[in-house]
Amino acid sequence: MRHPRKTDPTWADVTPKPLWLNRRALIAGAAALAAAGPAAARLPKGRFSTDEAPNSWDDITSYNNFYEFGLDKGDPKRNAQRLTTDPWSIVIDGLVDRPGTYDLADVLKDQPLEERIYRFRCVEAWSMVIPWVGFELQGLLNRVGVQPGAKYVAFETLLRPDEMPGVARRVLDWPYREGLRLDEAMHPLTILATGLYSEPMPKQNGAPIRLVVPWKYGFKSIKSIIRITLTETQPFTSWNDAAPREYGFYSNVNPEVSHPRWSQASERRIGDGLFGRRRDTLMFNGYGDEVAGLYAGMDLRANY
Amino acid sequence: MTVAAAINGALRPVPPAVVYVLGVLPALWLVMLLFAGGLGVDPVRRLEQDLGLYALQFLIAGLCITPLRRLTGINLIRFRRAVGLIAFGYAALHVAVWVALDLQFRWAEIGAALVKRPYIVAGAAAFLMLVPLAWTSTDSAMRRMGAAAWRRLHLLVYPAALAAAVHYVWLVKRWPIEPILYLAAVAALVGLRVLWRARRPA
Repeated sequence: MRHPRKTDPTWADVTPKPLWLNRRALIAGAAALAAAGPAAARLPKGRFSTDEAPNSWDDITSYNNFYEFGLDKGDPKRNAQRLTTDPWSIVIDGLVDRPGTYDLADVLKDQPLEERIYRFRCVEAWSMVIPWVGFELQGLLNRVGVQPGAKYVAFETLLRPDEMPGVARRVLDWPYREGLRLDEAMHPLTILATGLYSEPMPKQNGAPIRLVVPWKYGFKSIKSIIRITLTETQPFTSWNDAAPREYGFYSNVNPEVSHPRWSQASERRIGDGLFGRRRDTLMFNGYGDEVAGLYAGMDLRANY
Repeated sequence: MTVAAAINGALRPVPPAVVYVLGVLPALWLVMLLFAGGLGVDPVRRLEQDLGLYALQFLIAGLCITPLRRLTGINLIRFRRAVGLIAFGYAALHVAVWVALDLQFRWAEIGAALVKRPYIVAGAAAFLMLVPLAWTSTDSAMRRMGAAAWRRLHLLVYPAALAAAVHYVWLVKRWPIEPILYLAAVAALVGLRVLWRARRPA
C-alpha cells in the first residue's frame, strides 16, 4: 500500500527495470546518455536540488492534472499515450531577436541537461518531490535574444482535439496558456524539463517539454509547450481567466494567502500513505532564499 | 397481478437487515482495496471522496423511496430506515477521514475551514442535520416524539441532501458533470415534494 521511501536512492533503485530496458532515445540530450547505457545516464545533480526523497515513478506518472486528457487524476495516464510528440517544434516569437519555429532538437541544442529534484506543490494542497531532468529557461531565452522591451514570457500548450479527449469540453479556454514575468523566467530555478528520473518526459507529465517553476503552484508549470512569446504586457493565463478571484497571475506558493475555498497553510505529501504526516506549507514552497527578492516591496496578498 | 404487486410480494419475506448487509459492502470493498494497495497513490483522498459519495448516493436512494411508491406502487418503505442509517454511517466515516487522516486534527485549520470555506460549511451543515435524524431513528424515539413531531424533524433530510450535493459541486475546481448530476437529482427529488405539497388540497 505504501510506496517505500529511500533516503538516498540511486537511479537503479528508483527506476523500474522495464523502463531501463525500453529506454528510447526520444530527445537529443537523452539520446547520447541512452547510447552510453544506464550507468552513464546519471545526470549531474543540479544546484537547488532538495535532499528530500523523490516520489516514486508510479506516484509521479499516475496522479496528474492535465485537463486536456480528462479531469480525473488518472485520466492523463490513461488518455495521453496516443499523443504524438515526435515531430515537435516550438514557435518562439514576440520581442525576440531570432523568432522562428524551432524543432525540439534545435531547442535543446547546447542546453546542459541536469537533474533538478524539486518540491512540487499543487494549488489543491498536495505535494510531491520530483526528479526533473531539464535545463534553465534562461539558456534558451538568451539564445533567441530577448529584446529590451520584453517584460513577460507567455507559454502555450498544444491543442490537438483528435488526440486530447478532454478538450471536447470547454473546461478552460483552450489552448492552455501560462505566463511569467521576465525576471521569473530568467531565474535559474526556472527550467524547461524534458524528462524525469532520467527518462524522457512521460506524456501525462507534459511530453516532450514542459516548464517547471518550483516556487509557484503546479498549474503555472505548463506542459507540452508549443509556443513561447516574449511580450510587453502581462499575458493571458488560463486559470486566472477561468477564476480570477481564485488564481492570480503570480500564484506563488504562499501559506498565508488562502485559496478562497480552501486553506493553503498545509499540504499532504503524495506517497506518504494513509497515515502520512500533513506538512506545513513553506513560503515560496521553500525556495524563498532564492526568489523572495523578486517580489521585494510587493503586496503578495494583492498579487496572489 | 401487477408488476409492482409482484415485486412487493417478493420483497415481503426480505428482512431490512439485508439492506444493512448490502450497505456495508462498499465499505468492505474500500477496506479490501486498502489492503491490496488499490486505492492509488493518494489513498486519503480516495477514501474521503468515495465515502462522501456513498453517503450522498444512499441519501438519494432514501429520497427515492416515497416517489417510487407513489409513482409505481413499489413499496420499499420498510427499508428506508436502513438506507438512511447507512447514508449517515458513510457521512460519519467521511467526516472522520477528513478530520483524522486529511487534516489530522489540526484544529486551527479545521476551525478556520468550518467558518471560512463555503463548501466545508455546506458539508458540515449537511452532516449536522443528519445527526438528529440518525439519533431519532429508533421505534422508541418515534413513539416518544409522536408521529407529527417526528415527521416534522425528519423533513431535515431535504435540506441535508441539498447541502450535501452543493458541498460536492462547490469543492471541485471546474464544472465536471458528475457533481452537477447529483445536485440535479437531489433538486428533482426535493422539487417533487414541493410540488406534491402545493397540489395537496388545503
